[in-house]
Amino acid sequence: MEKIKNIFNWEPDRSLYPEKDENGNLIVDLSSQKFTKVWHGPNHPGTTGNMAIELTLSGDEVVEAKTHVGYLHRGFEKLMERRLYIQCFPTCVRMCVAEPDYNEYLLARSVEELDNLEIPETAKWLRTLVLEMARLQTLLRTVPGQAGTLSLGMGVQWGVYLRDLVLDLFEELTGGRVYHMYIIPGGVRGLLPDGFKKRMEDVLLKIEDFIVRIDNLIFKNILFKKRTIGIGHIPAEWIDKYGVVGPNARAAGFKRDVRKDYPYLVYDQLDFDIATLTDSDVYARSLIRRQDLITTIDLIRQIMAKMPNDGDIKSPTPNVLHWKIPKGEVYVRSESSRGEYGFYTVSDGSEYPRRINLRGPSYTHAVVLLEKLLINANIADVHSIMVSLQTCPPEIER
Amino acid sequence: MNDIIQDITTRFSVTDIINKRENLTFVTCRKENTISLITHLRDREKFTHLVLLTAVDWIEDNLFQLTYILNNPTKKIDIAIRTMIPRDNPVMESAHRLWEQVATYQRELKEMFGIEFPDSPRLNEPFILEGWNEIPPYRRDFDTKKYSTETYFPRIGRGTNDPEEYMKSKLYPNDPTK
Repeated sequence: MEKIKNIFNWEPDRSLYPEKDENGNLIVDLSSQKFTKVWHGPNHPGTTGNMAIELTLSGDEVVEAKTHVGYLHRGFEKLMERRLYIQCFPTCVRMCVAEPDYNEYLLARSVEELDNLEIPETAKWLRTLVLEMARLQTLLRTVPGQAGTLSLGMGVQWGVYLRDLVLDLFEELTGGRVYHMYIIPGGVRGLLPDGFKKRMEDVLLKIEDFIVRIDNLIFKNILFKKRTIGIGHIPAEWIDKYGVVGPNARAAGFKRDVRKDYPYLVYDQLDFDIATLTDSDVYARSLIRRQDLITTIDLIRQIMAKMPNDGDIKSPTPNVLHWKIPKGEVYVRSESSRGEYGFYTVSDGSEYPRRINLRGPSYTHAVVLLEKLLINANIADVHSIMVSLQTCPPEIER
Repeated sequence: MNDIIQDITTRFSVTDIINKRENLTFVTCRKENTISLITHLRDREKFTHLVLLTAVDWIEDNLFQLTYILNNPTKKIDIAIRTMIPRDNPVMESAHRLWEQVATYQRELKEMFGIEFPDSPRLNEPFILEGWNEIPPYRRDFDTKKYSTETYFPRIGRGTNDPEEYMKSKLYPNDPTK
């Protein structure tokens, strides 16, 4: 490991770099022909969704990077201000396509906290199951997706196939494949179908087999190691300074996980540990996500074993068309596969939310952190660094 | 948490203290004291993680509410600081020197609410919108429906319903009193 690190332990020639003016801004004169401007995205196989990075290059080295978002902006937060709370559910799930269930949970939890509503025990277990299934299907794309950025696409194909099996289970449980609207204020919409646990176990066994195969294909692959070890290093002192959360913080040695630190639903009744590393490079972040995948499989098995098979799944609520939520404000958070994911909800006492604001991890990771990390990076590593932060543009622009 | 709230009440005259949960407290602070309070909480009380910064439009009171949510990762507690600024002169001291990501939040607030943060980096660069000539769209007086009706042509074959009336007719077809 040390040997490989040393290969990349070099200092670039800074004599070609642009000078800075008195305000610290780079002086980039494109007409000097020393620099090139390249747009990485919004349509690029290496980008994670509709996002562009404006790169200024000196040779093949990045000297300046600017993130551009807005390609998916539909004003979800504004649209929700004109909708009844129950009507906000189909809107809010679209704020993160990869993991829509966290939006449902957080909106439902906000309403319940503002109106002091408790939910039945069975509903808590079912919500936890759905959130972990959401994490599972995301990680099945993300873990091999890191190698996909380096043209090692085979693992991605395997992951997409297995994700489809998880989506089948979602369809069986909720009726929807990508957007579920399964979690509603007061509880959830249904119990597990007959035989669901057996089918879930079959899928989990296939995923365990997949982890062995991606270990051989990706994590023990010397080419993958050479392209990821020492690349995109996030120093520990940046974690709070740049608002870094989730696997990106855990790869830098910070044992932070909302499920452990601020237990919600039934996470305090589940036995799991949080993995940390200290290398804080692309390889370390990939390893943390691989470990998260194993933890998620274990958590789903625990939930299946411990959850009640029947019981109430929804507390009585007022008529959702006339439900006036008491005046107040609340912040609720959960741990998505990318880190802390929260909703700040303000009610003015009417049937409509006054303001709903999403706090997504990509807001800091994909803008200020990515712009900083890409400086001095080689252009060939740009998409690898970006994917290692697991950016999700819809949650930035909302 | 109580000690911290008592301390900042004395030092910074915070008001409207609401303990939402045992680990989440909302306080209101005057505009002039807000950045000093945030700096104090970050440096002295170790609220090192800025969770979010956003705004709420209280158009009926002619005020914008800015909300800063700070987190102490060691004690695992949150303080949400509310500060009110006048809606007709929305200017707030910038906090970009405290955390790197604040400049992005402030850039978005400038674009979406029209709130000014003097000296904040790249404040006037478009963040999400491009070529926007209307009033800032997240203000309550911006009419989303009117804008989309005037800007975009209707899709042929697509009907529109009032959402509330439509849901009522679907859920309670035989009971018009609901």
